[in-house]
Amino acid sequence: MGAIYAVVGLGFTIIYTVTGVINFAQGEFVMLGGMVSFSLITALGLPLPLAFVLTVVLVTLVGVALNLLTIRPARQASNISLIIITIGAALFIRAIAGLGWGKNAQPVPPFTGSETIGFLGAYVRIQSLWVIGITVLLVLLVYLLLNRTLVGKSLKAAAINSRAASLVGIDARTMSLVSFALAASTGAIAGMVIAPISFASYDMGVMLGLKGFVAAAMGGFTGIWGVLLGGMGLGLAESLAAGYVSSAYKDAIAMVFLFAVLLINSRNLAGEEKR
Amino acid sequence: MVLALVRRRPKQLAIAALIVVLAIVPFLGNAYYTSVLIIIGINAMVAVGLCLLMGYTGQVSLGHAAFYGLGAYISAVLSRTYHVNPWLAMLAAVVATTAFAFAVGFPIFRLRGNYLAMATLGLGIILWILFREVDSITGGPSGLSGVPYLSIAGFNFSSDFRFYYLVWGFCIAIMVISESIVASRMGRAMRAVHGSESAAQSLGVNAAVVKVKVLALSAAYAAVAGSLFTYYLTFVSPQPFDFLFSVQLVVMAVVGGLASIWGAVFGAGAIRVLSEVLHPFGELDVVVFGLLLMVVMILTPQGLVRGIADLWHRFVSVRLAPTR
Repeated sequence: MGAIYAVVGLGFTIIYTVTGVINFAQGEFVMLGGMVSFSLITALGLPLPLAFVLTVVLVTLVGVALNLLTIRPARQASNISLIIITIGAALFIRAIAGLGWGKNAQPVPPFTGSETIGFLGAYVRIQSLWVIGITVLLVLLVYLLLNRTLVGKSLKAAAINSRAASLVGIDARTMSLVSFALAASTGAIAGMVIAPISFASYDMGVMLGLKGFVAAAMGGFTGIWGVLLGGMGLGLAESLAAGYVSSAYKDAIAMVFLFAVLLINSRNLAGEEKR
Repeated sequence: MVLALVRRRPKQLAIAALIVVLAIVPFLGNAYYTSVLIIIGINAMVAVGLCLLMGYTGQVSLGHAAFYGLGAYISAVLSRTYHVNPWLAMLAAVVATTAFAFAVGFPIFRLRGNYLAMATLGLGIILWILFREVDSITGGPSGLSGVPYLSIAGFNFSSDFRFYYLVWGFCIAIMVISESIVASRMGRAMRAVHGSESAAQSLGVNAAVVKVKVLALSAAYAAVAGSLFTYYLTFVSPQPFDFLFSVQLVVMAVVGGLASIWGAVFGAGAIRVLSEVLHPFGELDVVVFGLLLMVVMILTPQGLVRGIADLWHRFVSVRLAPTR
């Protein structure tokens, strides 16, 4: 689970560093990833690799549409307004999904076999290995994209100082669009790999989104490695809590973490906001 | 003549009209309208508090359902389990919720903007989990039934008809109190904090204290509303206090124009009516809420009612402008 939180948190971090917006619809990208892949694989019977690519493309289009239709027209608005707009978007997407796919959790077949394998004395599902493998791959890809390509460098430039970036020919609006597309595609991938473990349902995005945010906040919204550590730490803390205290309070752990991180960092974070 | 009156005293006329309409409705004998209006009145109280916090002071809260739920649960548990007089239980609920808001307010308001939104959201979810999981006190997911009715000297507020006047009595009291706060020194301090915290500080406004006070006040409103909600249903369960309700409250405040107490009441009414109309079609109401939030925030950042009010002012001043 920690790996998934990390990937969702990655989406938050990408959008936040580039645009300064916390995108409440990030969890909905994950949900869409799960539900769309369910439809393509189970209902249309597409082979897995094709369904994988199609899902990423479709959800990325949703991310692009979200950026073009809501964030771009409201660019002048305050941060609070932008938050409320993304909350509206999240509600909208979730409710449409609830209407379209129904409210039942849908089983999605795992990528390869549903049996478990023994590993260092513990039993793990093969799908869990997929989750970890894809997370590592995704993190590496995003890292390379941000640090080794022109697009990545432009994204970073726009994040650091959008006016200076525009002086050297980087369009901040395009970069905002790219960041949403990137966040949507990582979200979609997260949704696809987690769906076989947790089932896909229209409301899976809420908690995953929140926990992804906690992971991102624990990483300080700065870099990829911070998010990765944050996600893993949160996943570990949750399973420990579920094991030793009670699984009923599993979700509360993330919120307590959220508070701890926000309050400990409040001075830094407040300073950052004024920028 | 009428138009002139409308121009000179629009607010007083609106209040009078509202009171007259509200007073008449229960006599129409339609039980459904009465019950919907009771819920609107209860929601409106919470929305007014949120409007003071978000619209006037500029501090977002995505966890207001927590205060509403806290009020409801304290009232329910005290009056049902410990047989405390319902009015006393309600008073205790308001005091405790306000104290809770003070306690969380100081650490939380060290955060701003995005982080404040997230922290309040987390607060709402933690309390919601507690309502659901502390079975021994809250009755868990299935809730507590058998909460007593409110009564004064043997007069039971057990019928919708009676409860309706009680709720709107409280609601109008809260509106009047809020209007006078907005017009006071405190109200100016709130707007100053909204405009620029540093500027407000330099003029001697203690921004932190102002923010916490407004939060506590809005929590008190929410606790009153939550208590009335429990005594109306004589039942309490975690479901009405979830994240979706916190968001719905924000929709009410946003539709009502954030910085307008009347707008908040209107927003509460509009949202409730919308969900009554749309709910039979599945979650269509939530789709519309999402759309409303986006469209209103993009097109009229000051909110729908303010936008319409601006149009109305333009219309009236054009009609009444002395022709030169």
